[in-house]
Amino acid sequence: MPKDHGIGASPKRREDLRFLTGNGNYTDDINLYGQTYVHFLRSDVAHGRLNKVDTAAAAAMPGVVRIFTGADFAGVGGLPCGWQVTDKHGQPMQEPGHPVLAQGKVRHVGDPIAAIVAETYEQARDAAEAIVLDIEELPAVIDMKAAVKDGAPKVHDELTSNLCYDWGFVEENKAAVDEAFKSAAHVTTLELVNNRLVANPMEPRVAVGDYNRSTDESTLYTTSQNPHVIRLLMGAFVLGIPEHKLRVVAPDVGGGFGTKIFHYAEEAFCTFAARQLKRPVKWTSTRSEAFMSDAHGRDHVTKIELALDKDNNFTALRTETYANMGAYLSTFAPSVPTWLHGTLMAGNYRTPLIYVNVKAVFTNTVPVDAYRGAGRPEATYQLERVIDKAARELGVDPIKLRRQNFITQFPYATPVAVEYDTGDYVATMDKLEQIADLSGFAARRKASEAKGKLRGLGVNCYIEACGIAPSNLVGQLGARAGLYESATVRVNATGSISVMTGSHSHGQGHETAFPQVIAEMLGIDESMIEIVHGDTAKGPMGMGTYGSRSLAVGGSAMVRATEKIINKAKKIAAHLMEASDADIEVKDGKFHVAGTDKSVAWGDVTLAAYVPHNYPLEDIEPGLEETAFYDPSNFTYPSGAYCCEVEVDPDTGRVTIERFSAADDFGNIINPMIVSGQVHGGIGQGIGQALLEGCVYDDNGQLLTGSYMDYAMPRASDVPFYTVDHSCVTPCTHNPLGVKGCGEAGAIGSPPAVVNAVIDALHSAGKTHVTHIDMPLSPNRVWAAMNA
Amino acid sequence: MVQVKMTVNGKAASGDVEGRTLLVQFLRENLHLTGTHVGCDTSQCGACVVHVNGTAVKACTMLAAEAEGAEVVTIEGVANADGSLNTVQQAFQDHHGLQCGFCTPGMVMTATALLKENPNPTEAEIRDYLEGNICRCTGYHNIVKAIMAAAGQDVSRIAAE
Repeated sequence: MPKDHGIGASPKRREDLRFLTGNGNYTDDINLYGQTYVHFLRSDVAHGRLNKVDTAAAAAMPGVVRIFTGADFAGVGGLPCGWQVTDKHGQPMQEPGHPVLAQGKVRHVGDPIAAIVAETYEQARDAAEAIVLDIEELPAVIDMKAAVKDGAPKVHDELTSNLCYDWGFVEENKAAVDEAFKSAAHVTTLELVNNRLVANPMEPRVAVGDYNRSTDESTLYTTSQNPHVIRLLMGAFVLGIPEHKLRVVAPDVGGGFGTKIFHYAEEAFCTFAARQLKRPVKWTSTRSEAFMSDAHGRDHVTKIELALDKDNNFTALRTETYANMGAYLSTFAPSVPTWLHGTLMAGNYRTPLIYVNVKAVFTNTVPVDAYRGAGRPEATYQLERVIDKAARELGVDPIKLRRQNFITQFPYATPVAVEYDTGDYVATMDKLEQIADLSGFAARRKASEAKGKLRGLGVNCYIEACGIAPSNLVGQLGARAGLYESATVRVNATGSISVMTGSHSHGQGHETAFPQVIAEMLGIDESMIEIVHGDTAKGPMGMGTYGSRSLAVGGSAMVRATEKIINKAKKIAAHLMEASDADIEVKDGKFHVAGTDKSVAWGDVTLAAYVPHNYPLEDIEPGLEETAFYDPSNFTYPSGAYCCEVEVDPDTGRVTIERFSAADDFGNIINPMIVSGQVHGGIGQGIGQALLEGCVYDDNGQLLTGSYMDYAMPRASDVPFYTVDHSCVTPCTHNPLGVKGCGEAGAIGSPPAVVNAVIDALHSAGKTHVTHIDMPLSPNRVWAAMNA
Repeated sequence: MVQVKMTVNGKAASGDVEGRTLLVQFLRENLHLTGTHVGCDTSQCGACVVHVNGTAVKACTMLAAEAEGAEVVTIEGVANADGSLNTVQQAFQDHHGLQCGFCTPGMVMTATALLKENPNPTEAEIRDYLEGNICRCTGYHNIVKAIMAAAGQDVSRIAAE
């Protein structure tokens, strides 16, 4: 019988009521008295010298309040980068400036040049058309390998080249890895592209800046996954506003997927301009604007080599990756192809020697940063594709080859610097074979073939590092931030609870799931607990939601704070019952004296804390409110095995997903319904990457996929029902809930399964010359590969 | 500026708008009905779907002036009279058919239109009908399931929760 409340139950989401009735409160729903509107005039060339921005005619247009250009930001800081990677020679990465509005040059289509503030949005847009730009167009660098050649045009004149860094990991292992390849019985090599994507949360970004003349306080309402981080970055590094005079609010946020982690120019602008104008300034991105101003994701070009011995054991792995940074370093961009990618290259396997080389490159494109999975999908994709290719070359079953090389002993220290605490890769693969009905595949293939279609089956595993992250470790790796999380548990006099969490919910259902944990700990009803998030004025410093960290890190902070509450409440209860606090037990919302029938209700204890007439004032303070900061001691390592079955139309190359199954080990589960929903969504995005999505620039740096007319978002008819299972549980050993995180798994685990399945389908028809097709596997690409 | 008059969620509504003002702008900015969302600028995403004279319409693709005299229903106007969730809304909650909630109003309005046209749609018919509504969170699994449930179908055997 499934539980109906507490940990492991699936109560209906409480946030749904407002979303289903049109009562959500998204940033664009916020309008302030005296509000102005800003429109950004953006570069329509990829690279150019900005000789003159003539705003005189535009400034005289109806309704224009003021036009800002780069010159207005001369005394203001640039957008900071939050991670400094050290290259293989021990030198820091090249780190160019990132102005709020372009200064001297424009470096990608969409680079903001001028900001027109007007009484209405339409007036601002009309005035933008009257601005006269003198831009001397320069040759653009778009292709990464061309960008690092001698003599290539430089994106940033002040840098020595377009190479941000050349990273080797683990550099000390390189000679041993090279040696292992020389003695390998078999080497499989694969060159592939991890296609550039646009995260595309359905809510475009919005920023509303406000300034209070009476208190000298600034407030920014913004579509952010981490309002405290924005306050720190914008306040300390861009605008010079101390944190106690700056409030950042991220109310209901319509999806993030990584691209709402970062601090953007538009946020800094609206906050800055509101102070200058002493009026609120609002910006609402259009979708077209989002395509050229939201940080993109992925965009790696990789060569991977896998060495095996004569018994098909993996002996070494070597990779070389070009990773696109775009024109500027977005907030966490340098960490994605390095510490979130190289450290995952062991995957689920006992490969003793690994060397990863990453060249991060500046190009005249939109900045690239974390997108759902961030580095881990790139690692998983290349590893699981090269293993599949090796299995075909060796004539062995791809599942058997994986099983043979699985890590089976935990904890396991990989050769790429991380230690997996728990996992059971055999169990998830066993579960996958069952839920995907692998034994029925042959019959299904026959049925497809009878219809004139090819059918393929692809399997892969994945491992990810989530619950980011131990602050001392990431500090050594170049992070300019800590990665703890905070929670304040405020118990009110009548026993209801407000929990201020640094985690931010933008679809993940924290308002429903987090109370399940506290209700379980205290034995009280979940409806007595309210989650408060997304406002720097309400809770302690928090690091926000990304990297599947909310429950593993934010939830752990909440548990620690609740434990403090319980400890104090026990003392109060002991006093009320004239017992020893060591004898007090918490059960079903009551405090019991062990071994007796004496008890006192939760509400009586909380009331005593705030009306301390009969209270141990000599020992403890009145009130019942506790804060905890939790800094994890390790990453968490969710893992799983995924299976995709496709049909390929041999006449057109069109691929359809017929079945998709996922067996995940997320450790302990708080709310199974929400976990399944997270996996569904990740798989949907992974199928999108594999079959449909791809951000395309032409050679001049024009963005060809600039709207939903050109960028193929997955629709309902592109995907099937999924079969997901998370009954394989190896609890995390180092956080109090034993949880691992589930937000990114689907997007990490699904692309290789799709591509492996398509290759399998083509091989079933004798098209064995096709060993790889780059994503997205459009009908055109598949047909061309088949008929090459 | 032109004056427009229409009925929105059963109440008379009017306002002065520019000729270029879209119906979705009029609803959000003049009437403060912010449940109808704008997710794109090419009439692709469907976050702005409302019903105009009983037909599902993308409110970003219609001028406010074109709705002169029309009966408009938005997400704010579809709950039961006592304020409880209607069958479609309730099915979305019961089956976790929403996550961030941004596409949800459009999804509910589109699903309602589908069930009016086709009270017992197949899975394939539902997926086809949602062609003009994009969701980035759910992978559509629980949206399709919710619409099947709203049609009164047994969804207990659909894979996984």
